[in-house]
Parts: sequence; structure tokens; C-alpha cells
Amino acid sequence: MTSKTSSERLPRSADVSRRGFVGGLSAGLLGVAASEVARAETLADVPDRAPGADLGAHSERSRFARLDRIPEATPGKRNIDPSDAINSKTPHQKLVGNITPTDLHYERSHSGVPDIDPAQHRLLVHGMVRKPLVFSVEDLKRMPSVTRIVFIECTGNGWENWKKADPDLTVQNTHGLVSTNEWTGVPLKFLIDLVAKDKGSTWMLAEGGDGAGVDRSIPLTDEIVNEAFVAYGQNGEPLRPAHGFPMRLVMPGFEGNLNIKWLRRLKFGNAPWMTRWETARYTQLLANGKARQFQLRMETNSVITQPSGMMQIQPGYNRISGLAWSGHGKIAKVEISTDGARTWKQAQLAQPVLSKAQVRFQMDWDWDGKPTRIVSRSTDEQGNAQPDRQTFIAAMGTNALFHYNAQQTWSIDEAGRVRNVLA
Amino acid sequence: MSSHDKMFLAGILTFGLLAAPALAFDFGRPATPAEIKLWDIDVGPDGKGLPDGSGTAVQGRQIFADNCAACHGDNGQGGIKDRLAGGQGTLASNMPVKTVGSFWPYATTLFDYIHRAMPYPTPGSLSTDETYAVTAYILSLNGIVPADGKVDKESLPKIRMPNRDGFVPQPEFDPAKLFRRK
Repeated sequence: MTSKTSSERLPRSADVSRRGFVGGLSAGLLGVAASEVARAETLADVPDRAPGADLGAHSERSRFARLDRIPEATPGKRNIDPSDAINSKTPHQKLVGNITPTDLHYERSHSGVPDIDPAQHRLLVHGMVRKPLVFSVEDLKRMPSVTRIVFIECTGNGWENWKKADPDLTVQNTHGLVSTNEWTGVPLKFLIDLVAKDKGSTWMLAEGGDGAGVDRSIPLTDEIVNEAFVAYGQNGEPLRPAHGFPMRLVMPGFEGNLNIKWLRRLKFGNAPWMTRWETARYTQLLANGKARQFQLRMETNSVITQPSGMMQIQPGYNRISGLAWSGHGKIAKVEISTDGARTWKQAQLAQPVLSKAQVRFQMDWDWDGKPTRIVSRSTDEQGNAQPDRQTFIAAMGTNALFHYNAQQTWSIDEAGRVRNVLA
Repeated sequence: MSSHDKMFLAGILTFGLLAAPALAFDFGRPATPAEIKLWDIDVGPDGKGLPDGSGTAVQGRQIFADNCAACHGDNGQGGIKDRLAGGQGTLASNMPVKTVGSFWPYATTLFDYIHRAMPYPTPGSLSTDETYAVTAYILSLNGIVPADGKVDKESLPKIRMPNRDGFVPQPEFDPAKLFRRK
């Protein structure tokens, strides 16, 4: 028997209903197209085994698995030329588990991705210190290290839904600005000890080596001093350029833009610097015209990724799955409603549940085929609950642009079409 | 054992490491005052960090036309990138317009940002005087300094921006209260 390529075999009409069911659940999953799933109808149709391709220096994804980030701009500005993009979003609808693949980690860069030779990169640590020091990447790698799995989230995550819900959005459009990776680097506390920081220094300026020189003032709370680190490793390898190669700050649980990429300067002082990013940019305009400033921690959040926007499901068994995270610590529970937030059931969490990392949740669901809405809500170990949209908008208004963590609702119509709605 | 040694020992225990403490002080090299000065570009709201020099709005008009208008539009409006002027009175509306004049709380931040990040293709390419001049021009577009106004390191921190009181700190990280007990 010769092996068949997919183009040689057309689906038979009898396959259609089953294909619809399987395809509905897995159309997006792992990027495998529905037509690929149902081509081997009997075991005799499965292509023969044969020697495969040569072994390479590194492995690539299967040509059948199509996974891409999407470069986008501000809310409503999608399908843009990459040169106009300000961020690139993670395809959560196609991912499983807790960890985001390195090349699919979301990105927000303020002046493109610099091409930095690590041999010529330096980190200056100075200000209110006894011994201002200059470190190379090799210096950092020789120091004691920490490795930690944490989410990083752009404060713009969710910003498509402040004022309206475009029905054609996927979860990648609505929630693609959060990802979880394992990061390795030097504890901030270790650097603080090396330079002998003045006890009177309570704030630190962190500055990047990108064209914009992005800089943020960071309060030196016990939590931040104990948890922040300067990372050079990402999922076991050097940082990718998009994520700060050769070194970046990692601030578990805090605004993505505080995790300064291409880090080249830490300066110790005793008051915030009021940089452009912490005044004009990453502040949240409330309904009364005042702006909330230094809202540094990322909130308790969750979203259903399967089924999610632009998928289609069939009546009967469906498995609901998604991601939950909180800048306050561990996720304690995730609840799911399949009747438009009237009744809730607790979802199962994938282990391990880590502090300030995304965790996968799932629940079985038997859909009766009637139009409905599905929604998730998370609660963290400190008792912070993800708000419903009405409560959230009542507190924040619709102009804040950043820090959107209201519950995400997906509507499902009688044909099983899943669409983005406000609530 | 000194308190510093204790701290380091605590660090070893925390991270489960066995490095010899004596090596801890061998990392990196001292930074010289001259090289710190090269990189120490940040400007605080009190004006700390502002360099000597000055510029006028009249000088800034031409520098803006040559370096900024392509993205920000003539007069800081109608360009493809951030609008820099106007928008006062819109912040509580359904279509807020955030500009230097309507939103930015500190004039010092404007100098700092132009100096570090602008013009976008060639950040840092304007001289100190040119940066002061463009700062003065953008402020003049918003009626914050007169059309023939001049700014320098003395005057810039004294400018009271229209939206200076428009920001409310999140209580958890309010700079006025955060480290009060320490």
C-alpha cells in the first residue's frame, strides 16, 4: 500500500457529521485543521511507516501545526502591517497546558526589537549606593541564580472589550497579551547587596537599552525586593531578543512594562521619577477624568480558551478549558457558568498551581444545543475574585484602557457558533 | 558575624546555594563617575538631572517642523502618531484626548522623554538646547508657555501643568504613604 497524501483523499459524505463534531472541538486546538483530523477513517487508511527526515541541529514544529502570534496595535486596530504593530499576541486558542511556547510568548516592544551583542552589553547599577558597579552578561551568569515560572501580562490585555465587544474576535485578540514562561536570573536582592544600597533608598529606576529607553520607577517593597530578578534565561535558553536579550527585569505579578527588557540601568533613589510611561501612558483614566497611577499589580483574571471566539461546537459532550492567573499569588479556584452567569460549577485545576503563574482549568460540559453564554471567574488565595463586567465597569468606567480583568463571556448560538460578547 | 554577612547567609539558605561568601564581592567592576554621567539621563519632577542649557519656543518651531511634524503633525495635531496638543476638558468624556497639554502632569517628563526617546528613528540626536527648544514649543502649542517663551533647568520644574492634580495613586503603591514607617 502506498502512503496517501491528504490531497489524494476527499472526505466522504458519511464523514460529515462526525467531522463536524471532532472538528468543532479541535478546529483551533494545536492548530490542527479539522480536515486533517478525519482523513484516516479506518486504520487501513493510515499512511505506512517509513524512514523520516534527517535529524537536525534543532527541531521545528510539524508542518501540520500552524501556530502564530498576531501583531496588532491599539483596540480595534487589527490586521495591520507589522511595521505598525505595537504588540504581538499569543494564540491561546491553540495552546494546551500551563507554559507558553517561547516563540509564542506575547510581546510588547516600544521601539522595535534591538539587536544586542551580549559582549557589548552592560548593566549599570548606581544612585543611592555605596559601590556603583558595572556588570556584563557573563558576570550575571556567574552569580547565584533563581528559576521561576511566572506569567507576564501587558496592562493592555483585554483592552478590546472596554467599550464594546466585536463579535469576530478570538481569545487571541481579547486575551493574547499574557503568557507564562520559566525565567532564570539573578535575584535583585543579590545585586542590592553587591552595590551596598543605601537604606534610605525606597524606589528604583529600571531602564531598557531599546531606542525608547523605556524606564519605570519601582517601589522597593519587601515583596518586590524578595521576588524580582534580572533574567538572562527563558525556558532554559538565553532570552529571545523580543523578550529582552541579553537581560531583562522580571517582576512576578506586576505590570508587564515593569519587566524592563534589554535592561541596562538600575538607579536607586527615594521617590518615583514620574517617567512618561508612569504618567502619560500606563495610568488608568477613570469616569470622573482623574487617572489612577501606580496600579502596578496585575489583577485576578481568567478566560475560557476552548471553546472560544470564532470556534463552532456541537451538541453533546464538550470540554471547557482555559487559563487563570493572579498577580496576588496562587489561583485558589475557578468557577464556570454555562448558563450566562446564573449558576456556577467549580472547574478542575491542572497541577502544579504556582504563585503568579497561569494555571490551566477544565470542566466537562454536556451542551443541550440551546443558545447560551459561557463564562469563567477566578478567585486567588488571598480571596480576590475576578469581577463581573457590570461591577468592574461601575468602578473603572470605560476609558481606563489598561488593567481590564472583567469576566470574559462567550455567547453560543443555536448553530454552536462561539462569539465575543460583553456579558 | 556582621549584619551584612547574616544577610548573605540568609541569601544562601533562601536560594539553596553553596557559593563561598568571599566570592560574592568579586562580581562586576566599579563604575567611574565619568561613565555614570554618560548614562545618567533621567530627570525627576523636581528638575534633578536637567542639564545646563536653554531653548525658546520660537527656535523649537523649526526644530519641530524638521524632526517631529512628520509623525505628530504640524502644531502637534493630525499626525499618524500621538497627538501632542489640545484635548483640555475631554478627560471625563466618552472620547478623552490625552495630550501633553490635557494630560501630562510634569513638564520635566516632557524634556526627559524627548531626550531619551525622540525623534523615534534617531533617539538622542537633538542637542540639549534643541531639546529644551522643542519642549518649549510643545508647551507653547498648549498655551502653557508663551509663544516667545524660553525654558531651562530652573524654569521647567516650576511650570504647573494643567493636569498636575489629575492623578490618584493606587493606595497600595501611593508614593506619599508607601514607605512612611521605614
